[in-house]
Amino acid sequence: MAKASVAVHKLTSCSGCQSVILNMGDNLLKLIELVDIRHFIEAGVNAPDAQVDVAFVEGSISTHEDEERIKRVREQSRFVVAIGACACSGGVQALRNVKDSAHWASAVYADPGYLDSLADSSPVAELIKVDLELWGCPISERQLIAAIRALLHGVAPVLPTEKVCQECKRAGQVCVLVSQASPCMGPVTRAGCGALCPSFGAPCYTCFGPSEQPNCDALGERLVGLGIPAQQVAERFVSISAGAKPFQRAWARWRIPVKELEP
Amino acid sequence: MQQSAFLPHQALAQLFDVLQRDGYTVVGPTAEQGAILYRQLDSVDQLPVGLVDHQAPGRYRLEQQAHGRYFDWVGTAQGLKPWLFTPEQPLMVAREVEGGLRFESVHENVPPTAVIGVRGCDLAALALQDKHFLQGEYPDPHYSTRREQLLLIAVNCHRSAATCFCVSTGDGPEVTGGADMVLDELDQGFWVRATSPRGSALLARLPTRPLPGWHKRRSKTLRKRARVQQRALPSRDLRTPLYQARDDETLWQSVADRCLTCGNCAAVCPTCFCSRVDEESPLDGGQSTQVRRWDTCFNDEHSYLVGHVVRKSAVHKYRQWLTHKLAIWHDQYDRSGCTGCGRCITWCPVGIDIVEEVQRLCTEVKAQEPHE
Amino acid sequence: MNDPWLPQQAVVMEKVMETPDVATLSLKLADTAAHQRFRFDCGQFNMLYLFGLGEVPISIMDLRQGLVQHTIRAVGRISRKLVALEPGANLGLRGPFGNSWPIEEARGRDLVFITAGLGCAPVIAAIRRVIAARPDYRRLVIMQGVKHREDLLWQEQYERWREVPDCQVLLAASEEKQAPFAWSLGMVTTLIDKARFDVNNCTVMMCGPEPMIRASMHGLEAVGVGLENCFVSLERNMQCAVGLCGHCQMGTPFICREGPIFRVPDIRQWFLLEGY
Repeated sequence: MAKASVAVHKLTSCSGCQSVILNMGDNLLKLIELVDIRHFIEAGVNAPDAQVDVAFVEGSISTHEDEERIKRVREQSRFVVAIGACACSGGVQALRNVKDSAHWASAVYADPGYLDSLADSSPVAELIKVDLELWGCPISERQLIAAIRALLHGVAPVLPTEKVCQECKRAGQVCVLVSQASPCMGPVTRAGCGALCPSFGAPCYTCFGPSEQPNCDALGERLVGLGIPAQQVAERFVSISAGAKPFQRAWARWRIPVKELEP
Repeated sequence: MQQSAFLPHQALAQLFDVLQRDGYTVVGPTAEQGAILYRQLDSVDQLPVGLVDHQAPGRYRLEQQAHGRYFDWVGTAQGLKPWLFTPEQPLMVAREVEGGLRFESVHENVPPTAVIGVRGCDLAALALQDKHFLQGEYPDPHYSTRREQLLLIAVNCHRSAATCFCVSTGDGPEVTGGADMVLDELDQGFWVRATSPRGSALLARLPTRPLPGWHKRRSKTLRKRARVQQRALPSRDLRTPLYQARDDETLWQSVADRCLTCGNCAAVCPTCFCSRVDEESPLDGGQSTQVRRWDTCFNDEHSYLVGHVVRKSAVHKYRQWLTHKLAIWHDQYDRSGCTGCGRCITWCPVGIDIVEEVQRLCTEVKAQEPHE
Repeated sequence: MNDPWLPQQAVVMEKVMETPDVATLSLKLADTAAHQRFRFDCGQFNMLYLFGLGEVPISIMDLRQGLVQHTIRAVGRISRKLVALEPGANLGLRGPFGNSWPIEEARGRDLVFITAGLGCAPVIAAIRRVIAARPDYRRLVIMQGVKHREDLLWQEQYERWREVPDCQVLLAASEEKQAPFAWSLGMVTTLIDKARFDVNNCTVMMCGPEPMIRASMHGLEAVGVGLENCFVSLERNMQCAVGLCGHCQMGTPFICREGPIFRVPDIRQWFLLEGY
């Protein structure tokens, strides 16, 4: 049987998810034997227009070029997998979706006229049909391997939508929100990282985007109740997955200064 | 045979020695990540000396006090559950072989394990998990393997946390059964009682002395003091009010609005037994492992049924968890599934209080009853 | 201790595509002794395992010519792959699990089967057993509902049952424009009024989608059937099949352990509530 052909595309992103693939060690060698990699710029294989069975897409739709590029990727690929927070929710760069960002360009760039960016940074699924999303900033190697294995078996992988808390408790970690009043986003964040930050005593930063049924109102109220300023609570929701709708709504609610909330 | 004696405080190290010489892995409380946790211990020095826990809904803090007692804390972040019903348990390995598939059981070598410091509520919870995992038609071999290796050295609580309500469930603060040995700790040492043949054999090898009368009296006073708790369930069998409340979804909306459906309550509950089965394969295939993981009725996947989720809303999820724990358990396992440990209150990130919710539900159900 | 988690190797011996998305697989256990020992009671289920993918509960359709038969619709990631298996393929099997239809207790009574869609598969063997012992039972009514006429599995089987003495076969199609010959138009529950049986001395067995079961319960009560004589086969997300994983609890019962077949009053309080 012919090997499945694969492309790894990059849109607007930091290349961190591509690095996860390159960093798989033995599994990278196995992957090369199992599939035929046609395009993967970070690995030096450059054929962005190759027809493939499976395309992994890293990055958000942030520029006009991204817009054109992703449409071609869809036409060239039988199965499209969005990988990482950028491709799944717009990524860190989607902060501009919720902020008045016009002045940023002039503050950062000497000559902003060369910039070509869209008003919003969008997840891939807003422009094309996406067959599978692997969330994470960056994606988890374990989930990536499970997904590739499942695709090789001819089925969609089973990916968790439960909360980080579930992985955190299975890993035997103590809840940092309860024991340290730390602003942990685990209760509204999709599992997949293995509760990485709480395992080091740090709060969750929403890297894997919104979980199923995220009760952002209740978590936000709790964090404010713990004495965390509302503006900081708002920022916790939009740090990494700012393009995700439940987090945008939480941002809109909590960025209001506390005194304005009082009657 | 001697059943009751005094063990000087500094002689606790010898209990460790005896157990370790007998090949036991010693598990006991230690302070880690800002909480008391059960961990494998090498020596008595790892026990939490003078540490006291302060618990409240959604809050847990440790305080260092000046005394030298090891067991003055009340609640560990987890009970015995992870030591028996492990959070991630391989169940079966399938291999592709010449001529088909080969299936292999997963066998574990579990050393004899002595757990020191267990409380009454957690022993009661262990008895409930035994019922679920061992006493049905299909006992779970993985739970069974670990259970058979367990030696339990319990401690009577001399304090209650603000979240404790074991008096109302009948499971504490004193140990009500299930241990091999029970300790009452005062500054000078321990009142040690053997409560099983293995416990007696162990006691005989410790450098004990006759128990002073004052130690016994003081212990009993402290145990009595621990019975004064801030929280209490209205009764042990809550089937009548909760089955009434079950039928009115509006009664559950206020708690559902606050509930994160994160499942922390179920994860820390010492009796919650749900698990799911995941399939895990290496990238190059060839073999595949079924792994059992802790699951919770707060997850959509838990009630997934051909294309839809039976319990989708937080109302349905919280109602399932609470009615199961406090009512349905009576019909399934002849008693409530709650032993009053209060972990679900402490470790709920938003501080939902099961006792308060039950009291509210009971009051609201009563208010709905037609007046005579 | 027996390992309840360990499947046995099974091989697909025959496959029949019943409709474009429904297949009947006839399986043989690879271990000859185990295969010869394999027995089941009508209404029980097996856990079928596909390598690398996982397990699903599938009711046992029948045991024929020594082969274990499962009729499977391609609806989920595993069932789709099961339907795609070809003879010679290997899989894992654990079972049989669960309780059975009360066909022994129902001797001397009228028997009524109400099924819809693939709900017919878990009762086929029971109907066959009853017909093989025809004199032991009184009247027989078999009702089956489908969306379209071509969705009906085993049409010839149903036609043969029409020939059985004192056996009424009623078929309904809910999404046809006109009723096919000898069929009714509508849901299977519309057939209850057409069925002739002794409401005071009958045993009813139902299997199908939950809304259909609820409607049938109402329809049966309306014609005077006591629900204590009605039995239903239920489904939940069974992952272990041995009463341990907790997924299949519907209120009190574990469906894998006390079910999948329940006397209606035993399950009614949970079954009629949304969210249990």
